[in-house]
Amino acid sequence: MNFRDKLAGEFEDPVAEALENFKASVDAWSDAAYSRPRTAVSVGVRRGGWRLAASWALACMLASGSLAGWMVERHHQQELARTVAMKAAAQKAAQDRAAAEQSAAAMATKQQSAAKANAKNEDLLATVDSDVSREVPAAMEPLAQLVNDNGTE
Amino acid sequence: MTVEAAEEIAAQEFASIVESHRPQIFRFLLASLRDVDLAETLTQECFLKAHRNWKHFRGESSAMTWLMRIAINLQKDHWRNRRLQFWRHTQANALDVDEASDWLPNGERNAEQQILAREQVAQVWKAVGSLSERQRTVFLLRYVEERELSEIAQATGLSEGTVKAHLSRALGRVRAHLRESR
Repeated sequence: MNFRDKLAGEFEDPVAEALENFKASVDAWSDAAYSRPRTAVSVGVRRGGWRLAASWALACMLASGSLAGWMVERHHQQELARTVAMKAAAQKAAQDRAAAEQSAAAMATKQQSAAKANAKNEDLLATVDSDVSREVPAAMEPLAQLVNDNGTE
Repeated sequence: MTVEAAEEIAAQEFASIVESHRPQIFRFLLASLRDVDLAETLTQECFLKAHRNWKHFRGESSAMTWLMRIAINLQKDHWRNRRLQFWRHTQANALDVDEASDWLPNGERNAEQQILAREQVAQVWKAVGSLSERQRTVFLLRYVEERELSEIAQATGLSEGTVKAHLSRALGRVRAHLRESR
């Protein structure tokens, strides 16, 4: 009794037919896969593997080269920026120092001229005092003695 | 008989076993895994293991049943390892149901019968995909490899009663899928 007859005896028709088709399908697939050529595939894979490894190595070299170039360029730019900043700071400090010296000199000149003006005023006041002041007549002397310096009796 | 002569005979015996049983082991693994490369790898592993243990084969069961037992264990190990794998390459390589059901022998069928047969095969594949690992193994051994229940029991290490129960459940699924497709 073959497989088909066995199945037909065991099941109703659609299930037996489906199982028979299923087995035929698996057999066909398995036969095709079993008899497919294999040697060519393995050689191809090995060659492809070398090619892949070489291209990976080249890509890694290129990537590391460009990374190193970028880092050198960045370092150079940072150095340049630092030098420019140092120069600018030194220039600013010199300017500040000159301004401070100028203001100190101006202050001294101002103080000297103020002292001169004070002395002039003192002299003027002394002149005015001497011009304005008069000797008290003799007849007024007793009255003058009654008045003290604050002007109170 | 010298030791060399005995070894020579054993090697010839093993070579003939490989030649006669290799296509069946490959077919069983292909149907179980739906992955040609993986089925080839596991078939090779199966015969490598068999070669290592050929001295210990006592002939208590047929060579085919013994080989099938090794193949089932390898397949079990594969599924167990795959569950633990983080990247599941094998799933990506496995053929889907529609592709697997494209394979049909060119018998004396017209176009309509071919389409109907393909649809039936696809439904059986779907049912097989929904089975547990043990049910699938039992189902494939019975309806693809055409093994007797006693042989299936020996190859799987189950009792005949358990084999029958698994087959019954598997057939229930196949029937349900075929009914749904009508």
